[in-house]
Amino acid sequence: MASRTILKESQIMKIHYITGIAAIFVVALHIMMRLVVPFEQSLEYDYIIANYKNIIYVLILESILVLISVHGFNGIRIILLELRQSRAWENMVTVVTISAMIGLIAYGTRTIILANGL
Amino acid sequence: MNNTTIDNKNERRITLKVYRENRGQDSGSHHDTFEVPYKKWTTVLDALLYVKSYMDPSVAIRYSCRMASCGSCGMKINGVPKLACYTKISELETSTVECEPLPNFPIIRDLVTDFSRFFNHHKSMQPYIQTNDSTEADNSKGTFSFYQSPEDVDKYLQFSYCIKCGLCYSACPTVGTDLNFPGPQALAQQYRYFADTRDESKKRLDIVDDRHGIWRCHFAGSCSKVCPKGVDPALGIQLLRSYMLGISKNDKIPAKKIEINDDNNNNGKI
Ligand code: HEM
Ligand code: SF4
Ligand code: FES
Repeated sequence: MASRTILKESQIMKIHYITGIAAIFVVALHIMMRLVVPFEQSLEYDYIIANYKNIIYVLILESILVLISVHGFNGIRIILLELRQSRAWENMVTVVTISAMIGLIAYGTRTIILANGL
Repeated sequence: MNNTTIDNKNERRITLKVYRENRGQDSGSHHDTFEVPYKKWTTVLDALLYVKSYMDPSVAIRYSCRMASCGSCGMKINGVPKLACYTKISELETSTVECEPLPNFPIIRDLVTDFSRFFNHHKSMQPYIQTNDSTEADNSKGTFSFYQSPEDVDKYLQFSYCIKCGLCYSACPTVGTDLNFPGPQALAQQYRYFADTRDESKKRLDIVDDRHGIWRCHFAGSCSKVCPKGVDPALGIQLLRSYMLGISKNDKIPAKKIEINDDNNNNGKI
């Protein structure tokens, strides 16, 4: 029954649960950091750019990006795997979700780096 | 039931709505209704057998023990998977009782479904004690038994009550979409043998650690809700997972082998 894969399903699910639970904390921190000023003000251009220059804010943003991308795309992989059962479908789902995960992390990281002005 | 029962004026009657389909003939499906007399103790299986005896012998059902032991008579009764022999008409408290085949199983005819895939999943769990000790099988070396304390037995006893009726399998939403998912019955049996101190197989966790394996349980819990034997397959799945996540440690002490000496009749004692 078990197929040859790089990671065992139990290892993937450990990552899934850890990223899911960790995301709760970093998203909570992220929301709290946004709440220190009135909502309108938090959306102003200068305020946002200033946030991107704050290294702690940036580290939290990057970790949300990585945690939610890994967790979310694996979540989508799980959902899609249950829809159909064939080797071709499974391989396609794995390749597409991992590529999308890497693509989103790369694009998000690029935005963070550009806004930070590094 | 004889004619005196049928003529009894005080007798209560129930409308039995039975799903009809024959896989062999492409005539589609429909429901047939039958007015059936019942008493306080009449089960749905009794009512269906009444229909077969007196009204329509062609209704297809599967049953054997009539006492919730063989696991043959599972069907959807008023929308819920149940054993027909273990469900009394009176306890349903409806004027119509609808009998349909178990979902998640291919239909053979009427209420009879094909259990091949279900049994294959069960077999793929290697549902038997595996020991490295060959002396047990070698009669020339005497007769042995493996000692288990009541605590050792408690770890798996509940899961060994499974009668393979398939009710949990038919209630499982994952099975509904993923046919390669072993289902609650098979996974709970994997835990039953994993937790048994006589079993020495090292492969048990690997067997279920698959893309379509144990992780595709999302804890709907409907399996445990419909199980007629109190097995709680969802619990078995979660217990097995806790070993796979490293939350529980496998500190199983192998069962001690003891020789049974028939001469002085100390069977089972150390
Ligand atoms: C991006 C969209 C998301 C998708 C597609 C997704 C998908 C999933 C899936 C499929 C599971 C497994 C559930 C199961 O096995 O029954 C799961 C679990 C979990 N998710 Fe998400 N998730 C997403 C976002 C999030 C976010 C934003 C958080 C936290 C802030 C989160 C936290 C968790 C936690 C803690 C679990 C473990 C609990 C459980 O297994 O039920 N998820 N997620
Ligand atoms: S676990 Fe319960 S519901 Fe499932 S097959 Fe066994 S006895 Fe039937
Ligand atoms: S007839 Fe055996 S379980 Fe119902």
